Amino acid sequence: MGKEMTGAEMVLQALRDHDVEHLFGYPGGAVLPIYDEIFQQEEIRHILVRHEQGAGHAAEGYARSTGKPGVVLVTSGPGATNMVTPLTDALMDSIPLVCITGQVPTHLIGTDGFQECDTVGITRPCTKYNWLVRDIAELPRILHEAFHVATTGRPGPVVVDIPKDVQFATGTYYRPNGQGRSSYQGYEPRLNGDPTQIERAVELMASARRPVLYTGGGVVNSGPEASQLLRELVAATGFPITSTLMGLGAYPASGKNWLGMLGMHGTYEANMAMHDCDVMVCIGARFDDRITGRTDAFSPGSVKIHIDIDPSSINKNVRADVPIIGDVGRVLAEMLKDWKARAPKPDLGAWWKQIDTWKARRSLAYRPNADVIMPQYAIERLYAATKDLDTYITTEVGQHQMWAAQFYHFDQPKRWMTSGGLGTMGYGLPAALGVQVAHPDSLVIDIAGDASVLMTMQEMSTAVQHDLPIKIFIMNNCYMGMVRQWQQLLHGNRLSHSYMESLPDFVRLAEAYGCVGIRAEKPGELDDALAEMIKVKRPVLFDCRVANLENCFPMIPSGKAHNEMILPAEADSEAEAAFAGGKALV
Amino acid sequence: MSDPTTMTGKPALTPPASAYFIEERHDPEEAHTLSVLVDNEPGVLARVIGLFSGRGYNIESLTVSETEHEKHLSRITIVTRGSRAVLEQIKNQLVRLVPVHRVTDLSEVARARNQEKPLERELALVKVAGKGEKRLEALRLADAFKAEVVDATTEHFIFQMTGRSTKVEQFISIMQPMGLVEVCRTGVAALSRGAEPS
Repeated sequence: MGKEMTGAEMVLQALRDHDVEHLFGYPGGAVLPIYDEIFQQEEIRHILVRHEQGAGHAAEGYARSTGKPGVVLVTSGPGATNMVTPLTDALMDSIPLVCITGQVPTHLIGTDGFQECDTVGITRPCTKYNWLVRDIAELPRILHEAFHVATTGRPGPVVVDIPKDVQFATGTYYRPNGQGRSSYQGYEPRLNGDPTQIERAVELMASARRPVLYTGGGVVNSGPEASQLLRELVAATGFPITSTLMGLGAYPASGKNWLGMLGMHGTYEANMAMHDCDVMVCIGARFDDRITGRTDAFSPGSVKIHIDIDPSSINKNVRADVPIIGDVGRVLAEMLKDWKARAPKPDLGAWWKQIDTWKARRSLAYRPNADVIMPQYAIERLYAATKDLDTYITTEVGQHQMWAAQFYHFDQPKRWMTSGGLGTMGYGLPAALGVQVAHPDSLVIDIAGDASVLMTMQEMSTAVQHDLPIKIFIMNNCYMGMVRQWQQLLHGNRLSHSYMESLPDFVRLAEAYGCVGIRAEKPGELDDALAEMIKVKRPVLFDCRVANLENCFPMIPSGKAHNEMILPAEADSEAEAAFAGGKALV
Repeated sequence: MSDPTTMTGKPALTPPASAYFIEERHDPEEAHTLSVLVDNEPGVLARVIGLFSGRGYNIESLTVSETEHEKHLSRITIVTRGSRAVLEQIKNQLVRLVPVHRVTDLSEVARARNQEKPLERELALVKVAGKGEKRLEALRLADAFKAEVVDATTEHFIFQMTGRSTKVEQFISIMQPMGLVEVCRTGVAALSRGAEPS
């Protein structure tokens, strides 16, 4: 039975009907009717940010750490355009977001009205789907559809653009039908993998001598059962396993079959195993160019099994021999059943012996220093200080992000929030806000760089207002480190605009925001400073002064294959040589 | 086991024959006609076109109209060109769009049914102005092409002609010396041949 109410009331009712507890947003002229409804209720908590981009990333952090959709409310025009970056970020990393934007009244659309922009036009390529609601009668269906599309299949961001007159108009609201089906007949994500293909995959896996599991964010997105099944599959098969940046934690880093992350800054053993394997099982990953390196030299001798819920991921970058379209969790369950029905495990002794020789190269080794904090050391100490606590990690983008992925070890999914696909500097601080909102009693740390963190620094004010005790651990090397590293290796060390001149004093900045500022400059100070950071129950800016010119290794130079990695031991001399004339390689 | 790092180790399984790198630029390209059935929602055409421009695919011809009014379904017919891998990616990307019901590669359907091509037709309006002998010649040629006169004065004709794109091209070029003024073409409309639906 429908109920009469205004469009603004419908928005709040729909949020309640979809179990939304938190909303990230920023008011403005075209959303005032909805903000008026927010004022008159207490069930849904609104977190006021300082910039709409902050709301978007906070909602991403919220979504990624809970598995629920993140919800954002912003105004028309600049409110909507400021959401473009988080929407694109969420699309690339498959994060479910529902973004509600205000729009100028229907009769003003197309007149270049104040704070008008073509929101659905601008966000069309950066959303999974979007709607402009022209009629109040359409609003309930579209709101329910928005949640359905965002959270089903390959998750992603959606936008519902609601003109102000539609927010004021009265219409009949009806609840979601509860059938979990879309009104779009063409939208029906395939969940169950083709049993014949699964059987073929298991057959290949059983006859493999040098197999590897290559997993990604799809395992995390599929839900906790998928991560559990992955662990069971690894235990049952004895296969070595590596993961993309987005998939860290699905299989525990402390697990004995773990090879570490693969890709451009992945471990030697992970990349060599990928290169030399005879059967590759790609589970919820998409053969991104940071993973494959040169595609024509990518894992040349292997048969590739690819499990993905999105048919367009299959055969996009790398040809799959056995494509399996479906939900990772469901496919893994079937695979495991098929596997257990077979008797003998393949003998992988020789393969593991080979992997051990690669591991012995110690590709993550770095030179310790007694006077300067090495960035790798900083993360190792941070990990040691927080691994037994209920910790969530977010990052910004750059060297610190790669070091975090290499040296912070995740044993559980949904504990690691990072901008993988889009590579958005400024993601980590607001994402940490979102995580902290969802997990108020947990320790939430943004491993940041000095350049990235300034892009969304204003959200420290949000942290203070909403009592969100996030810890911003800034690995301060006074550079855009990754840019500087590429300039050193590819552009003759001409450090064009990568030196962060006039950095603020982060400790005094923290104080200006009403947060706590902590600084560590020497390795000897680090542990005590970290203990203090963890103890403080307020937001912290931690200025960790690290070695300025350290490079992130190992590294596959662009345009090279997995077995052409540069290891830290050979970095100084060989890196320059390997990169000589490499300018064109991007 | 031989040292796998040198890649001389013989894989236990036969490696697939296909090349892994599908971005090979020299792959031969072919033109395919795609038939895309969509919910006729605002913006659906922009979504389809945006997908092509955003991902760098080609559109050689595009035709769209609502075809089933009660169900609000439109049929978009796209002639595109690309390597086999790119064509497969185009179809997968189209299917991923929420309002897309079905994508049919009519060229593949024709191939599977041992037909040369799907049934493809285009309509053109061709305006020709002139007097005397040229005018008569234009009329004679139009007759040979089974083009119909749909508008005329003593100084001009507008011919309407339908046919395969190649025939339309031919007609237009032959009208060039006859005083061709302007041309409007609909783009390709296409269905699979035979009783079964596309």
